[in-house]
Amino acid sequence: MEKPNISMKDFENISLREAFGKTLVLMGEKVPELVLLGADALGSTRGAAFAKRFPQRTFNFGIAEQEMISAAAGFATCGKIPIATAYGFLISMRACEQVRTDICYPNLNVKLMATHTGLSMATGGTTHHCTEDIAIMRSFANLTIVAPSDATETAKAVESVIYYPGPVYLRMGRGEIPNIYSRDYKFEIGKSILLRKGNDVTIIAFGIMLVEALKAAEVLAKENIQARVINMHTIKPIDKDAIISAASETGAIVTAEEHTINGGLGEAVAGVTSAFYPVPLIRIGIQDTFCGIGPENGLRKKLGLTAQSIIQASKKVILMKK
Amino acid sequence: MKRLNSKELEKKASKIRLLCLEMIDKAGGGHIGGSLSAMDIMTALYFNILNIDPKNPKKKDRDRFILSAGHKAAGYIPVLAERGFFNKELLATFNKLDSPFGMHPDMNKISGCEMSTGSLGHGLAVGVGMALALRMDSYNSRVFVLMGDGEIDEGTVWEAAMGAAHYHLYNLIAIVDYNKCSMDGAIDEIMSLEPIEDKWKSFGWTVKRINGHNMSEILKVFNGIQKETGRPTVIIADTIKGQGIPSIEGDYHWHYGLLNNKQLLDARKRLKEKL
Repeated sequence: MEKPNISMKDFENISLREAFGKTLVLMGEKVPELVLLGADALGSTRGAAFAKRFPQRTFNFGIAEQEMISAAAGFATCGKIPIATAYGFLISMRACEQVRTDICYPNLNVKLMATHTGLSMATGGTTHHCTEDIAIMRSFANLTIVAPSDATETAKAVESVIYYPGPVYLRMGRGEIPNIYSRDYKFEIGKSILLRKGNDVTIIAFGIMLVEALKAAEVLAKENIQARVINMHTIKPIDKDAIISAASETGAIVTAEEHTINGGLGEAVAGVTSAFYPVPLIRIGIQDTFCGIGPENGLRKKLGLTAQSIIQASKKVILMKK
Repeated sequence: MKRLNSKELEKKASKIRLLCLEMIDKAGGGHIGGSLSAMDIMTALYFNILNIDPKNPKKKDRDRFILSAGHKAAGYIPVLAERGFFNKELLATFNKLDSPFGMHPDMNKISGCEMSTGSLGHGLAVGVGMALALRMDSYNSRVFVLMGDGEIDEGTVWEAAMGAAHYHLYNLIAIVDYNKCSMDGAIDEIMSLEPIEDKWKSFGWTVKRINGHNMSEILKVFNGIQKETGRPTVIIADTIKGQGIPSIEGDYHWHYGLLNNKQLLDARKRLKEKL
Protein backbone atom coordinates (compact mmCIF):
# COMPACT_ATOMS: atom_id res chain seq x y z
CA MET A 1 0.00 0.00 0.00
CA GLU A 2 1.16 3.51 -0.77
CA LYS A 3 1.86 5.49 2.37
CA PRO A 4 1.27 9.18 2.99
CA ASN A 5 4.31 11.21 3.73
CA ILE A 6 4.22 12.23 7.37
CA SER A 7 6.26 15.38 7.52
CA MET A 8 7.67 16.46 10.85
CA LYS A 9 7.11 20.13 10.21
CA ASP A 10 3.36 19.60 10.06
CA PHE A 11 3.33 18.21 13.57
CA GLU A 12 5.48 20.59 15.54
CA ASN A 13 4.27 21.41 19.03
CA ILE A 14 0.68 20.37 18.64
CA SER A 15 -1.14 18.00 20.96
CA LEU A 16 -1.15 14.27 20.38
CA ARG A 17 -4.85 14.21 19.62
CA GLU A 18 -4.46 17.09 17.14
CA ALA A 19 -1.81 15.03 15.42
CA PHE A 20 -4.13 12.04 15.53
CA GLY A 21 -6.98 13.97 13.92
CA LYS A 22 -4.76 15.37 11.21
CA THR A 23 -3.20 12.02 10.37
CA LEU A 24 -6.58 10.33 10.29
CA VAL A 25 -7.71 12.59 7.44
CA LEU A 26 -4.50 11.88 5.50
CA MET A 27 -5.00 8.16 6.02
CA GLY A 28 -8.67 8.36 5.12
CA GLU A 29 -7.67 9.52 1.64
CA LYS A 30 -5.33 6.56 1.22
CA VAL A 31 -7.25 3.73 2.88
CA PRO A 32 -10.85 3.46 1.70
CA GLU A 33 -11.64 0.74 4.26
CA LEU A 34 -11.07 3.20 7.10
CA VAL A 35 -14.22 4.09 9.09
CA LEU A 36 -14.37 6.27 12.17
CA LEU A 37 -16.53 5.38 15.16
CA GLY A 38 -17.18 7.75 18.03
CA ALA A 39 -19.21 7.91 21.20
CA ASP A 40 -20.28 11.55 21.42
CA ALA A 41 -16.69 12.70 21.76
CA LEU A 42 -15.55 13.04 18.14
CA GLY A 43 -14.82 16.70 18.85
CA SER A 44 -12.62 16.17 21.86
CA THR A 45 -10.91 13.08 20.45
CA ARG A 46 -10.24 15.15 17.30
CA GLY A 47 -12.05 12.83 14.94
CA ALA A 48 -14.15 15.79 13.76
CA ALA A 49 -11.91 16.64 10.80
CA PHE A 50 -12.29 13.12 9.44
CA ALA A 51 -16.04 13.27 10.12
CA LYS A 52 -16.26 16.47 8.09
CA ARG A 53 -14.19 15.12 5.21
CA PHE A 54 -15.80 11.63 5.21
CA PRO A 55 -19.30 11.91 6.68
CA GLN A 56 -20.41 8.63 5.05
CA ARG A 57 -17.58 6.81 6.79
CA THR A 58 -18.18 8.25 10.25
CA PHE A 59 -20.57 6.75 12.81
CA ASN A 60 -21.47 8.29 16.12
CA PHE A 61 -22.98 5.91 18.65
CA GLY A 62 -23.88 8.46 21.27
CA ILE A 63 -22.71 7.87 24.80
CA ALA A 64 -22.55 4.10 24.32
CA GLU A 65 -18.94 2.95 24.24
CA GLN A 66 -19.81 -0.70 24.67
CA GLU A 67 -22.05 -0.66 21.63
CA MET A 68 -19.38 1.22 19.69
CA ILE A 69 -16.70 -1.39 20.43
CA SER A 70 -18.96 -4.35 19.58
CA ALA A 71 -20.07 -2.57 16.41
CA ALA A 72 -16.39 -2.04 15.53
CA ALA A 73 -16.02 -5.82 15.62
CA GLY A 74 -18.96 -6.10 13.22
CA PHE A 75 -17.39 -3.58 10.83
CA ALA A 76 -14.09 -5.46 10.92
CA THR A 77 -15.73 -8.79 10.02
CA CYS A 78 -17.01 -7.06 6.87
CA GLY A 79 -13.54 -5.92 5.80
CA LYS A 80 -13.56 -2.39 7.19
CA ILE A 81 -10.78 -0.96 9.33
CA PRO A 82 -12.67 0.70 12.17
CA ILE A 83 -11.02 3.42 14.19
CA ALA A 84 -12.92 3.40 17.48
CA THR A 85 -12.29 6.57 19.45
CA ALA A 86 -13.07 7.43 23.05
CA TYR A 87 -11.43 8.56 26.26
CA GLY A 88 -9.02 5.86 27.37
CA PHE A 89 -10.77 5.06 30.61
CA LEU A 90 -13.98 4.34 28.72
CA ILE A 91 -12.36 2.03 26.18
CA SER A 92 -10.35 0.16 28.79
CA MET A 93 -12.91 -0.03 31.56
CA ARG A 94 -16.46 0.73 30.41
CA ALA A 95 -16.02 -1.35 27.27
CA CYS A 96 -13.40 -3.67 28.73
CA GLU A 97 -15.21 -6.91 28.05
CA GLN A 98 -16.17 -5.84 24.53
CA VAL A 99 -12.50 -5.13 23.80
CA ARG A 100 -11.41 -8.48 25.18
CA THR A 101 -14.21 -10.70 23.89
CA ASP A 102 -15.39 -9.04 20.66
CA ILE A 103 -12.07 -7.64 19.41
CA CYS A 104 -9.10 -9.49 20.91
CA TYR A 105 -10.48 -13.01 21.09
CA PRO A 106 -11.56 -13.13 17.42
CA ASN A 107 -8.39 -11.12 16.59
CA LEU A 108 -10.26 -8.52 14.56
CA ASN A 109 -8.61 -5.63 12.76
CA VAL A 110 -9.94 -2.86 15.01
CA LYS A 111 -7.93 0.19 16.04
CA LEU A 112 -8.78 1.44 19.50
CA MET A 113 -7.72 5.06 19.71
CA ALA A 114 -7.70 6.10 23.35
CA THR A 115 -7.36 9.80 24.09
CA HIS A 116 -7.07 11.78 27.34
CA THR A 117 -4.99 9.03 28.92
CA GLY A 118 -2.94 9.22 32.10
CA LEU A 119 -3.63 12.42 34.01
CA SER A 120 -4.62 14.40 30.92
CA MET A 121 -7.85 15.32 32.66
CA ALA A 122 -6.18 16.02 35.96
CA THR A 123 -8.84 18.35 37.30
CA GLY A 124 -11.48 15.87 36.19
CA GLY A 125 -10.65 13.72 39.17
CA THR A 126 -10.48 9.97 39.43
CA THR A 127 -13.55 9.34 37.25
CA HIS A 128 -11.64 10.86 34.33
CA HIS A 129 -8.11 9.71 35.12
CA CYS A 130 -6.88 6.92 32.89
CA THR A 131 -4.15 5.28 34.91
CA GLU A 132 -5.01 1.58 34.79
CA ASP A 133 -5.59 1.09 31.06
CA ILE A 134 -2.22 -0.40 30.19
CA ALA A 135 -2.45 -2.96 32.99
CA ILE A 136 -5.89 -4.01 31.74
CA MET A 137 -4.98 -4.02 28.06
CA ARG A 138 -1.68 -5.85 28.61
CA SER A 139 -3.59 -8.85 29.88
CA PHE A 140 -5.40 -9.42 26.58
CA ALA A 141 -3.88 -11.85 24.08
CA ASN A 142 -3.64 -10.67 20.46
CA LEU A 143 -3.67 -6.99 21.44
CA THR A 144 -0.83 -4.60 20.58
CA ILE A 145 -0.37 -1.50 22.74
CA VAL A 146 1.27 1.63 21.36
CA ALA A 147 1.83 4.88 23.27
CA PRO A 148 3.50 7.68 21.30
CA SER A 149 5.24 10.56 23.02
CA ASP A 150 4.92 13.64 20.86
CA ALA A 151 2.86 14.85 17.96
CA THR A 152 5.19 13.62 15.24
CA GLU A 153 5.41 10.24 16.84
CA THR A 154 1.63 10.14 17.13
CA ALA A 155 1.32 10.80 13.41
CA LYS A 156 3.83 8.06 12.64
CA ALA A 157 2.18 5.70 15.11
CA VAL A 158 -1.33 6.27 13.73
CA GLU A 159 -0.06 5.58 10.23
CA SER A 160 1.75 2.41 11.35
CA VAL A 161 -1.18 1.18 13.41
CA ILE A 162 -3.59 1.52 10.48
CA TYR A 163 -1.33 -0.59 8.25
CA TYR A 164 -0.61 -3.09 11.03
CA PRO A 165 -2.83 -6.18 10.92
CA GLY A 166 -4.83 -7.02 14.04
CA PRO A 167 -6.18 -5.20 17.05
CA VAL A 168 -4.24 -2.26 18.48
CA TYR A 169 -4.78 0.02 21.48
CA LEU A 170 -3.21 3.42 20.83
CA ARG A 171 -2.80 5.57 23.93
CA MET A 172 -2.66 9.34 23.66
CA GLY A 173 -2.50 12.10 26.23
CA ARG A 174 -4.24 15.40 25.79
CA GLY A 175 -1.64 18.08 26.41
CA GLU A 176 0.73 19.77 24.05
CA ILE A 177 4.10 18.11 24.31
CA PRO A 178 7.24 19.68 22.86
CA ASN A 179 8.70 17.64 20.01
CA ILE A 180 11.22 15.18 21.34
CA TYR A 181 12.87 14.52 18.03
CA SER A 182 14.98 17.09 16.24
CA ARG A 183 15.20 15.12 13.01
CA ASP A 184 13.22 12.51 11.18
CA TYR A 185 13.38 8.88 12.26
CA LYS A 186 11.85 5.51 11.57
CA PHE A 187 8.93 4.36 13.68
CA GLU A 188 8.31 0.65 13.84
CA ILE A 189 5.73 -1.05 16.07
CA GLY A 190 7.50 -3.30 18.59
CA LYS A 191 10.88 -1.67 18.12
CA SER A 192 11.92 0.78 20.82
CA ILE A 193 14.02 3.85 20.08
CA LEU A 194 17.34 4.68 21.73
CA LEU A 195 17.16 8.40 22.49
CA ARG A 196 20.35 8.78 24.47
CA LYS A 197 23.39 6.59 24.84
CA GLY A 198 24.80 5.71 28.23
CA ASN A 199 26.11 2.77 30.21
CA ASP A 200 25.56 3.61 33.89
CA VAL A 201 21.81 3.16 34.06
CA THR A 202 18.90 2.83 31.63
CA ILE A 203 15.73 4.89 31.86
CA ILE A 204 12.83 3.37 29.97
CA ALA A 205 9.73 5.51 29.45
CA PHE A 206 6.93 6.43 27.06
CA GLY A 207 4.48 9.26 26.62
CA ILE A 208 4.84 12.36 28.71
CA MET A 209 7.31 10.67 31.08
CA LEU A 210 9.79 10.45 28.23
CA VAL A 211 10.18 14.22 28.43
CA GLU A 212 10.98 13.86 32.15
CA ALA A 213 13.37 11.00 31.42
CA LEU A 214 15.35 13.14 28.99
CA LYS A 215 15.48 16.03 31.48
CA ALA A 216 16.70 13.62 34.16
CA ALA A 217 19.43 12.25 31.87
CA GLU A 218 20.68 15.83 31.24
CA VAL A 219 21.01 16.47 34.95
CA LEU A 220 22.60 13.08 35.62
CA ALA A 221 25.17 13.71 32.88
CA LYS A 222 26.32 16.84 34.74
CA GLU A 223 27.05 14.58 37.69
CA ASN A 224 28.94 12.22 35.43
CA ILE A 225 26.23 9.59 35.33
CA GLN A 226 25.55 8.52 31.78
CA ALA A 227 21.95 7.36 31.51
CA ARG A 228 20.70 5.47 28.51
CA VAL A 229 17.19 6.62 27.56
CA ILE A 230 14.85 4.32 25.67
CA ASN A 231 11.51 5.33 24.18
CA MET A 232 9.36 2.23 24.71
CA HIS A 233 6.51 3.38 22.50
CA THR A 234 5.21 -0.16 22.06
CA ILE A 235 4.34 -1.67 25.39
CA LYS A 236 3.04 -4.92 23.95
CA PRO A 237 4.71 -6.80 22.41
CA ILE A 238 7.60 -5.25 24.30
CA ASP A 239 11.06 -4.92 22.76
CA LYS A 240 12.81 -7.71 24.67
CA ASP A 241 16.12 -7.34 22.87
CA ALA A 242 16.49 -3.69 23.83
CA ILE A 243 15.64 -4.49 27.47
CA ILE A 244 18.08 -7.39 27.68
CA SER A 245 20.84 -5.26 26.13
CA ALA A 246 20.06 -2.46 28.56
CA ALA A 247 20.20 -4.85 31.50
CA SER A 248 23.46 -6.45 30.44
CA GLU A 249 25.19 -3.24 29.36
CA THR A 250 24.03 -0.81 32.04
CA GLY A 251 23.20 -3.18 34.93
CA ALA A 252 20.36 -1.07 36.35
CA ILE A 253 16.98 0.14 35.09
CA VAL A 254 14.47 2.84 35.99
CA THR A 255 11.06 2.79 34.32
CA ALA A 256 8.80 5.83 34.22
CA GLU A 257 5.14 5.91 33.29
CA GLU A 258 2.08 8.05 33.84
CA HIS A 259 0.13 5.00 34.96
CA THR A 260 -0.17 2.84 38.04
CA ILE A 261 2.97 0.82 38.76
CA ASN A 262 0.72 -2.24 39.04
CA GLY A 263 0.76 -3.96 35.69
CA GLY A 264 2.24 -1.16 33.64
CA LEU A 265 5.48 -0.61 31.73
CA GLY A 266 7.63 -1.25 34.80
CA GLU A 267 6.22 -4.70 35.33
CA ALA A 268 6.47 -5.47 31.63
CA VAL A 269 10.16 -4.58 31.69
CA ALA A 270 10.72 -6.45 34.95
CA GLY A 271 9.07 -9.48 33.40
CA VAL A 272 11.75 -9.51 30.71
CA THR A 273 14.72 -8.80 32.97
CA SER A 274 13.72 -11.30 35.64
CA ALA A 275 13.48 -14.06 33.04
CA PHE A 276 16.51 -13.19 30.92
CA TYR A 277 18.92 -10.89 32.78
CA PRO A 278 18.00 -9.94 36.35
CA VAL A 279 19.18 -6.47 37.38
CA PRO A 280 17.91 -3.98 39.97
CA LEU A 281 14.92 -2.05 38.68
CA ILE A 282 12.91 0.83 40.14
CA ARG A 283 9.48 1.75 38.85
CA ILE A 284 8.40 5.39 38.75
CA GLY A 285 4.65 5.62 38.40
CA ILE A 286 1.48 6.03 40.41
CA GLN A 287 1.96 4.09 43.65
CA ASP A 288 -1.24 2.10 44.11
CA THR A 289 -3.35 5.15 44.88
CA PHE A 290 -6.12 7.24 43.37
CA CYS A 291 -4.67 10.56 42.37
CA GLY A 292 -6.91 13.35 43.66
CA ILE A 293 -7.58 16.60 41.85
CA GLY A 294 -5.32 19.37 40.73
CA PRO A 295 -3.71 20.95 37.70
CA GLU A 296 -1.85 18.46 35.53
CA ASN A 297 1.66 19.50 36.53
CA GLY A 298 0.82 19.94 40.19
CA LEU A 299 -0.70 16.50 40.31
CA ARG A 300 2.29 14.92 38.58
CA LYS A 301 4.60 16.61 41.04
CA LYS A 302 2.55 15.40 43.99
CA LEU A 303 2.64 11.86 42.66
CA GLY A 304 6.36 11.93 41.89
CA LEU A 305 5.99 11.72 38.13
CA THR A 306 8.93 14.07 37.60
CA ALA A 307 12.50 14.23 36.35
CA GLN A 308 13.52 14.68 39.99
CA SER A 309 12.05 11.30 40.94
CA ILE A 310 13.80 9.67 38.00
CA ILE A 311 17.12 11.24 39.04
CA GLN A 312 16.77 9.96 42.60
CA ALA A 313 15.71 6.50 41.46
CA SER A 314 18.62 6.34 39.02
CA LYS A 315 21.14 7.10 41.73
CA LYS A 316 19.54 4.60 44.05
CA VAL A 317 19.34 1.82 41.48
CA ILE A 318 23.01 2.30 40.56
CA LEU A 319 23.93 1.70 44.22
CA MET A 320 21.91 -1.51 44.12
CA LYS A 321 24.05 -2.98 41.31
CA LYS A 322 25.87 -6.10 42.40
CA MET B 1 -29.45 -25.65 -2.40
CA LYS B 2 -33.18 -25.87 -2.83
CA ARG B 3 -35.05 -23.96 -0.13
CA LEU B 4 -37.00 -26.39 2.05
CA ASN B 5 -40.72 -25.84 2.53
CA SER B 6 -42.30 -25.87 5.97
CA LYS B 7 -43.06 -29.62 5.99
CA GLU B 8 -39.51 -30.42 4.95
CA LEU B 9 -38.17 -27.98 7.53
CA GLU B 10 -40.10 -29.72 10.30
CA LYS B 11 -38.41 -33.01 9.38
CA LYS B 12 -35.07 -31.32 9.10
CA ALA B 13 -35.45 -29.78 12.56
CA SER B 14 -36.26 -33.20 14.03
CA LYS B 15 -33.17 -34.64 12.37
CA ILE B 16 -30.99 -31.86 13.78
CA ARG B 17 -32.56 -32.22 17.23
CA LEU B 18 -31.38 -35.83 17.11
CA LEU B 19 -27.86 -34.73 16.15
CA CYS B 20 -27.93 -32.21 18.99
CA LEU B 21 -29.02 -34.77 21.59
CA GLU B 22 -26.45 -37.34 20.49
CA MET B 23 -23.73 -34.68 20.58
CA ILE B 24 -24.71 -33.53 24.08
CA ASP B 25 -24.88 -37.14 25.24
CA LYS B 26 -21.35 -37.82 23.98
CA ALA B 27 -20.10 -34.61 25.59
CA GLY B 28 -21.65 -35.54 28.94
CA GLY B 29 -23.98 -32.55 29.07
CA GLY B 30 -24.88 -29.33 27.29
CA HIS B 31 -27.19 -26.34 27.00
CA ILE B 32 -30.04 -28.51 25.93
CA GLY B 33 -33.07 -26.36 26.85
CA GLY B 34 -32.22 -23.23 24.86
CA SER B 35 -30.69 -25.17 21.99
CA LEU B 36 -34.02 -26.94 21.45
CA SER B 37 -36.17 -23.84 21.90
CA ALA B 38 -34.24 -22.03 19.14
CA MET B 39 -33.92 -25.07 16.85
CA ASP B 40 -36.90 -24.48 14.58
CA ILE B 41 -35.94 -20.85 13.95
CA MET B 42 -32.30 -21.72 13.22
CA THR B 43 -33.37 -24.55 10.90
CA ALA B 44 -35.72 -22.26 8.98
CA LEU B 45 -32.99 -19.65 8.61
CA TYR B 46 -30.28 -22.03 7.40
CA PHE B 47 -32.47 -24.14 5.11
CA ASN B 48 -34.74 -21.51 3.63
CA ILE B 49 -34.05 -17.88 4.48
CA LEU B 50 -30.31 -17.13 4.59
CA ASN B 51 -28.34 -16.34 1.44
CA ILE B 52 -25.28 -18.46 2.24
CA ASP B 53 -23.10 -21.02 0.51
CA PRO B 54 -21.19 -23.59 2.58
CA LYS B 55 -18.81 -24.06 -0.35
CA ASN B 56 -18.03 -20.34 -0.36
CA PRO B 57 -18.57 -19.40 3.29
CA LYS B 58 -16.91 -15.97 3.00
CA LYS B 59 -18.72 -14.67 -0.10
CA LYS B 60 -19.10 -10.98 0.44
CA ASP B 61 -22.79 -10.58 -0.27
CA ARG B 62 -23.90 -13.36 2.09
CA ASP B 63 -26.40 -12.88 4.88
CA ARG B 64 -24.99 -12.95 8.39
CA PHE B 65 -26.33 -14.87 11.35
CA ILE B 66 -25.03 -14.08 14.83
CA LEU B 67 -25.86 -16.48 17.63
CA SER B 68 -25.79 -13.80 20.31
CA ALA B 69 -27.02 -16.33 22.87
CA GLY B 70 -23.81 -18.25 22.30
CA HIS B 71 -24.69 -21.03 24.73
CA LYS B 72 -27.22 -22.29 22.21
CA ALA B 73 -24.19 -23.54 20.26
CA ALA B 74 -25.21 -27.10 21.06
CA GLY B 75 -28.11 -26.48 18.70
CA TYR B 76 -26.31 -24.17 16.27
CA ILE B 77 -23.31 -26.36 15.53
CA PRO B 78 -25.39 -29.34 14.39
CA VAL B 79 -27.36 -26.93 12.16
CA LEU B 80 -24.12 -25.79 10.50
CA ALA B 81 -22.98 -29.41 10.14
CA GLU B 82 -26.26 -30.52 8.59
CA ARG B 83 -26.12 -27.52 6.23
CA GLY B 84 -22.74 -28.77 5.00
CA PHE B 85 -20.25 -26.31 6.49
CA PHE B 86 -18.18 -29.18 7.90
CA ASN B 87 -18.22 -32.93 8.38
CA LYS B 88 -20.86 -34.17 10.81
CA GLU B 89 -18.38 -36.62 12.29
CA LEU B 90 -16.68 -33.65 13.91
CA LEU B 91 -19.69 -33.21 16.20
CA ALA B 92 -18.41 -36.10 18.30
CA THR B 93 -15.50 -33.90 19.40
CA PHE B 94 -17.79 -31.31 21.06
CA ASN B 95 -16.19 -29.98 24.29
CA LYS B 96 -13.17 -32.27 23.84
CA LEU B 97 -9.57 -31.05 23.98
CA ASP B 98 -8.63 -29.21 20.76
CA SER B 99 -12.13 -29.56 19.32
CA PRO B 100 -13.26 -26.64 17.15
CA PHE B 101 -16.44 -26.62 19.24
CA GLY B 102 -17.34 -26.06 22.83
CA MET B 103 -20.21 -24.57 24.73
CA HIS B 104 -19.81 -21.26 22.90
CA PRO B 105 -18.89 -20.83 19.21
CA ASP B 106 -15.54 -19.51 17.93
CA MET B 107 -15.69 -17.80 14.52
CA ASN B 108 -12.07 -18.59 13.80
CA LYS B 109 -12.56 -22.32 14.28
CA ILE B 110 -16.00 -23.01 12.83
CA SER B 111 -16.74 -22.58 9.15
CA GLY B 112 -19.95 -20.61 8.70
CA CYS B 113 -19.81 -19.01 12.15
CA GLU B 114 -19.84 -15.23 11.76
CA MET B 115 -18.99 -14.12 15.29
CA SER B 116 -17.50 -15.59 18.45
CA THR B 117 -20.15 -15.31 21.10
CA GLY B 118 -20.96 -16.54 24.57
CA SER B 119 -21.00 -13.49 26.78
CA LEU B 120 -24.58 -12.29 26.56
CA GLY B 121 -25.65 -8.93 25.22
CA HIS B 122 -22.87 -8.45 22.64
CA GLY B 123 -24.38 -9.83 19.46
CA LEU B 124 -26.90 -7.13 18.62
CA ALA B 125 -24.26 -4.38 18.72
CA VAL B 126 -21.93 -6.50 16.57
CA GLY B 127 -24.87 -6.89 14.20
CA VAL B 128 -25.31 -3.09 14.11
CA GLY B 129 -21.70 -2.79 12.92
CA MET B 130 -22.18 -5.48 10.27
CA ALA B 131 -25.45 -3.99 9.04
CA LEU B 132 -23.86 -0.53 8.73
CA ALA B 133 -20.80 -1.91 6.91
CA LEU B 134 -22.87 -4.00 4.48
CA ARG B 135 -25.21 -1.11 3.71
CA MET B 136 -22.22 1.19 3.10
CA ASP B 137 -21.01 -1.20 0.43
CA SER B 138 -24.52 -1.49 -1.08
CA TYR B 139 -24.89 -5.21 -0.45
CA ASN B 140 -28.43 -6.52 -0.07
CA SER B 141 -27.23 -8.78 2.74
CA ARG B 142 -29.25 -8.96 5.92
CA VAL B 143 -27.99 -9.52 9.44
CA PHE B 144 -29.93 -11.84 11.77
CA VAL B 145 -29.17 -11.83 15.48
CA LEU B 146 -30.65 -14.50 17.73
CA MET B 147 -30.88 -13.56 21.40
CA GLY B 148 -32.15 -15.39 24.43
CA ASP B 149 -34.97 -13.82 26.41
CA GLY B 150 -32.96 -13.45 29.63
CA GLU B 151 -30.16 -11.99 27.52
CA ILE B 152 -32.12 -8.83 26.87
CA ASP B 153 -31.72 -7.93 30.56
CA GLU B 154 -28.26 -6.77 29.47
CA GLY B 155 -28.03 -3.00 29.01
CA THR B 156 -25.90 -3.27 25.88
CA VAL B 157 -28.86 -4.82 24.04
CA TRP B 158 -30.70 -1.53 24.50
CA GLU B 159 -27.71 0.57 23.45
CA ALA B 160 -27.72 -1.42 20.24
CA ALA B 161 -31.51 -1.18 19.95
CA MET B 162 -31.20 2.62 20.02
CA GLY B 163 -28.34 2.58 17.53
CA ALA B 164 -30.12 0.31 15.05
CA ALA B 165 -33.21 2.49 15.00
CA HIS B 166 -31.17 5.70 14.81
CA TYR B 167 -29.33 4.39 11.75
CA HIS B 168 -32.52 3.00 10.13
CA LEU B 169 -31.06 -0.47 9.86
CA TYR B 170 -33.78 -2.14 7.80
CA ASN B 171 -31.24 -4.89 7.12
CA LEU B 172 -30.96 -5.90 10.79
CA ILE B 173 -33.34 -8.52 12.17
CA ALA B 174 -33.29 -9.50 15.83
CA ILE B 175 -34.96 -12.63 17.11
CA VAL B 176 -35.79 -13.11 20.77
CA ASP B 177 -36.11 -16.79 21.72
CA TYR B 178 -38.79 -16.17 24.33
CA ASN B 179 -38.88 -19.52 26.13
CA LYS B 180 -39.81 -17.77 29.41
CA CYS B 181 -36.98 -19.34 31.37
CA SER B 182 -33.62 -18.02 32.48
CA MET B 183 -31.00 -19.81 34.52
CA ASP B 184 -32.28 -19.10 38.03
CA GLY B 185 -35.96 -19.50 37.31
CA ALA B 186 -38.93 -18.27 35.29
CA ILE B 187 -38.28 -15.01 33.44
CA ASP B 188 -41.27 -13.39 35.12
CA GLU B 189 -39.81 -14.13 38.54
CA ILE B 190 -36.18 -13.28 37.83
CA MET B 191 -36.61 -10.17 35.66
CA SER B 192 -39.82 -9.55 33.83
CA LEU B 193 -39.54 -8.46 30.20
CA GLU B 194 -43.12 -7.33 29.83
CA PRO B 195 -44.45 -5.45 28.06
CA ILE B 196 -41.82 -6.84 25.69
CA GLU B 197 -43.42 -5.72 22.43
CA ASP B 198 -43.96 -2.17 23.69
CA LYS B 199 -40.34 -1.92 24.77
CA TRP B 200 -39.05 -2.66 21.28
CA LYS B 201 -41.73 -0.53 19.62
CA SER B 202 -40.79 2.44 21.77
CA PHE B 203 -37.18 1.99 20.68
CA GLY B 204 -38.27 2.41 17.06
CA TRP B 205 -38.36 -1.20 15.89
CA THR B 206 -40.92 -3.07 13.84
CA VAL B 207 -42.15 -5.81 16.15
CA LYS B 208 -43.48 -9.20 15.01
CA ARG B 209 -44.76 -11.95 17.25
CA ILE B 210 -44.79 -15.61 16.25
CA ASN B 211 -44.98 -19.15 17.56
CA GLY B 212 -41.32 -20.11 17.28
CA HIS B 213 -42.16 -23.74 16.71
CA ASN B 214 -44.55 -23.25 13.80
CA MET B 215 -42.57 -23.45 10.57
CA SER B 216 -45.12 -21.76 8.35
CA GLU B 217 -45.37 -18.85 10.80
CA ILE B 218 -41.58 -18.63 10.95
CA LEU B 219 -41.22 -18.55 7.16
CA LYS B 220 -44.05 -16.07 6.79
CA VAL B 221 -42.54 -13.62 9.23
CA PHE B 222 -39.05 -13.76 7.70
CA ASN B 223 -40.40 -13.44 4.18
CA GLY B 224 -42.61 -10.53 5.16
CA ILE B 225 -39.85 -8.21 6.35
CA GLN B 226 -39.79 -5.09 4.24
CA LYS B 227 -36.75 -3.01 3.51
CA GLU B 228 -38.87 0.05 2.75
CA THR B 229 -39.91 0.61 6.34
CA GLY B 230 -36.39 1.84 7.11
CA ARG B 231 -36.68 0.23 10.52
CA PRO B 232 -34.98 -2.73 12.13
CA THR B 233 -37.24 -5.69 12.87
CA VAL B 234 -37.48 -7.76 16.01
CA ILE B 235 -39.25 -11.08 16.02
CA ILE B 236 -40.49 -12.13 19.43
CA ALA B 237 -40.70 -15.90 19.13
CA ASP B 238 -42.76 -17.66 21.77
CA THR B 239 -40.96 -20.92 22.33
CA ILE B 240 -40.68 -23.78 24.79
CA LYS B 241 -37.47 -24.54 26.58
CA GLY B 242 -36.42 -28.11 25.74
CA GLN B 243 -39.02 -28.31 22.94
CA GLY B 244 -39.45 -31.85 21.61
CA ILE B 245 -38.71 -33.71 24.85
CA PRO B 246 -41.88 -33.70 26.95
CA SER B 247 -40.12 -34.70 30.18
CA ILE B 248 -38.02 -31.51 30.19
CA GLU B 249 -40.19 -29.04 28.28
CA GLY B 250 -40.72 -25.69 29.98
CA ASP B 251 -38.52 -26.53 32.96
CA TYR B 252 -35.91 -23.86 33.69
CA HIS B 253 -33.65 -26.45 35.32
CA TRP B 254 -32.85 -27.71 31.83
CA HIS B 255 -30.74 -24.68 30.92
CA TYR B 256 -27.85 -27.13 31.01
CA GLY B 257 -28.08 -30.85 31.52
CA LEU B 258 -27.76 -34.43 30.37
CA LEU B 259 -30.71 -36.67 29.58
CA ASN B 260 -30.81 -39.97 31.42
CA ASN B 261 -30.98 -43.18 29.39
CA LYS B 262 -34.73 -43.47 29.48
CA GLN B 263 -35.20 -39.82 28.44
CA LEU B 264 -32.72 -40.22 25.61
CA LEU B 265 -34.28 -43.44 24.29
CA ASP B 266 -37.70 -41.85 24.45
CA ALA B 267 -36.51 -38.68 22.70
CA ARG B 268 -34.81 -40.70 19.95
CA LYS B 269 -37.98 -42.67 19.36
CA ARG B 270 -40.19 -39.57 19.19
CA LEU B 271 -37.88 -37.67 16.90
CA LYS B 272 -37.29 -40.63 14.57
CA GLU B 273 -41.03 -41.00 14.15
CA LYS B 274 -41.12 -37.47 12.74
CA LEU B 275 -38.44 -38.04 10.10
